[in-house]
Amino acid sequence: MDLAYSAEEEDFRVRLREWLAAALPTLPARPDPLDWPARRAYDCGWQRRLYDAGYADVHWDASPTQRLIFLEETELAGAPYVGANFVGLLHAGPTIAAEGTAEQRARWLPPVLRGDEVWCQGFSEPDAGSDLASLRTRVVRDGDAYVVSGSKIWTSHAEVADWCELLVRTDPGAAKHRGISWLAMPMDAPGVTVRPLRTLAGSTEFAEVFLDEVRVPVANRVGEENDGWRVTMVTLSFERGTAFVGEVVACRRLLGELARTARENGTWDDPVLRRRLGRLSAEFRALWRLTQANVSEAQATGGVPGAGGSVFKLHYSHARQELYEAAAGVLGPDALDLGREWTLDRLSSLSYTIAAGTSQIQRDIVAERILGLPKGR
Amino acid sequence: MDFRLGEDQRALRKGVRELLGRLFDREALRAAVDSPAVDRGLWRELGAAGFFALRLPEEEGGVGLGLPEAVLVFEEAGRVLLPGPLVATHLAAGSVPGAAEGDVVVTEVGEGLVPWLDEADVVLGSAEGAVPMRSVDPLTPLHRVPGAPAAVSTTEGWEAVLLTAAEQVGSAEATTGKAVSYAREREQFGQVIGGFQAVKHLCAGMLVRTELARAAVRAASLTVDPVEIAGAKLLADEAATANARDCLQVHGGMGFTWEADVHLHLKRAWVRAELLLPAARAEETVAAGL
Ligand SMILES: Cc1cc2nc3c(=O)[nH]c(=O)nc-3n(C[C@H](O)[C@H](O)[C@H](O)COP(=O)(O)OP(=O)(O)OC[C@H]3O[C@@H](n4cnc5c(N)ncnc54)[C@H](O)[C@@H]3O)c2cc1C
Repeated sequence: MDLAYSAEEEDFRVRLREWLAAALPTLPARPDPLDWPARRAYDCGWQRRLYDAGYADVHWDASPTQRLIFLEETELAGAPYVGANFVGLLHAGPTIAAEGTAEQRARWLPPVLRGDEVWCQGFSEPDAGSDLASLRTRVVRDGDAYVVSGSKIWTSHAEVADWCELLVRTDPGAAKHRGISWLAMPMDAPGVTVRPLRTLAGSTEFAEVFLDEVRVPVANRVGEENDGWRVTMVTLSFERGTAFVGEVVACRRLLGELARTARENGTWDDPVLRRRLGRLSAEFRALWRLTQANVSEAQATGGVPGAGGSVFKLHYSHARQELYEAAAGVLGPDALDLGREWTLDRLSSLSYTIAAGTSQIQRDIVAERILGLPKGR
Repeated sequence: MDFRLGEDQRALRKGVRELLGRLFDREALRAAVDSPAVDRGLWRELGAAGFFALRLPEEEGGVGLGLPEAVLVFEEAGRVLLPGPLVATHLAAGSVPGAAEGDVVVTEVGEGLVPWLDEADVVLGSAEGAVPMRSVDPLTPLHRVPGAPAAVSTTEGWEAVLLTAAEQVGSAEATTGKAVSYAREREQFGQVIGGFQAVKHLCAGMLVRTELARAAVRAASLTVDPVEIAGAKLLADEAATANARDCLQVHGGMGFTWEADVHLHLKRAWVRAELLLPAARAEETVAAGL
């Protein structure tokens, strides 16, 4: 049991830190958070910088520990968030890296790393949210293409995405979990219509996607036909298991900022608030340690993160919402000012216990897969 | 970085689990509840097994292990509700003659409280004016002592907080296990109650609390940073007390009986939470580190 990093890992950290210190001051101004095309350009620009400096492939070629260091250092330095590249870098990419053929990896991974192509996730449907396997988007096979019809919902960044990791039903006669396939669909294919949805934060962060006889080459299927549910589990384990790692570091930074503000504006003298911040700090410190434990485990088993990701996500998502509630206590009237980044982030945080599987679904997973309690509701 | 147990550590944990299974099984626990006293024979056996001398150098007759290993051992002690002033005696092993061997029982004055005062051979800190109370935990006799709680300032002080937190983690793990096994057996409405989502979700919450506290406690045993230890104690206290309550809930009426062990976990968890660095001071300590 050891928290020390190897000399090689420390060396990686030092070089990255130096590079970040030089690169960050030269970044362009942050775009308007409501302007998605501008955000895409900004996020991809940053990804390109990482690529040119040799850091891009850390997301799936480096060791889990190196990746942890990368996420820790970029967050500590206040580097841009993955943003529009979230799906491509943190779960579609890793899924293709783990499950795709050599040609598929060669086709799709480099553009993600270079910041040339953005992905979105077309899993949820109007009638298939928590019960994802009941999805109905159907296909008809026509020669070497699947002809896809149906609709997806809550598709984050769909407006600005080039590719979609799409779940479709390839065998309507098979049992619910059996007839699903995982496809890479080009968003500019004829028949794809994106209708942005306005979130409670006022932004168009996600969208409805209508699919009207969209032709997707059979060669774009990752994994076997009708074996898409297994591939989906791989995607979800990345989404829940490792995609939030860097954000814990961000939360610790935010707490530090909050404590500084509280000391300046006098709210720190309120023992109730002060203790609340203390408790949150203990929780985020512990979440970081839990992350290190999960990463060590993934490193040892050499692959896909396990159900431990659900343990992490359950606590993290609630703690982060609690962080913004505490922030409102420190900020007072400013917490009602939409011009403050805190306010937008507080609104966004309301999705954390829903997106990537609700807390109720995560608890089912922990109870059934880790504790071995019987299935059934 | 490899924040998993090493092979020796896994072997140590297994060995201690087996040892305690032999020395202090459920029957022994219930017998101790009926007549609470430090079992001198047990104390010596623990001494002989190296429980107290774990961190003394081998030249001094110790086992030569470190704080991370001590944490694993105290997790196991917490799992079985091993009674007595274990932390104080362990910490006194290098300074109080006979403590390492388990010949001497050492207790220490905590936050306005001192456990096992009448039974201890050596008392660290001032127990002047100590008044006995009817302890909520049948297996931890308590005296109240006058005076304000002192801030934790010494290394041993922080180690005591950490090892107490480790016991809490062990207790939290034990109550999770008890809840889960009861939920797999007990049937209502024609199925085991573990199939009901409301019950499942209580159990899942217990696991999450345990894992978070465990990661915090084990990390703190490596960094020995007071702020990290304070945070770990806070989360471990919460895991032990909240898990015991949820375990009780999963057991229904059975959980409310003296026969079920759940109340013993809850009461001991309350004592450990109050005895050293209670929540308010732990929160203040972590806040001061912000
Ligand atoms: C900001 C945001 C971004 C998203 N981005 C994407 C994306 O990019 N791609 C994508 O595919 N999806 C995305 N989603 C969708 C997300 O995965 C779903 O919203 C989520 O899985 C819940 O599904 P639902 O909204 O249909 O809610 P429902 O499944 O209808 O759930 C409603 C309520 O019922 C509860 N519930 C449902 N079933 C059970 C059960 N069995 N036991 C107990 N309680 C239950 C839920 O916990 C919830 O409280 C996003 C969602 C949000 C909020």
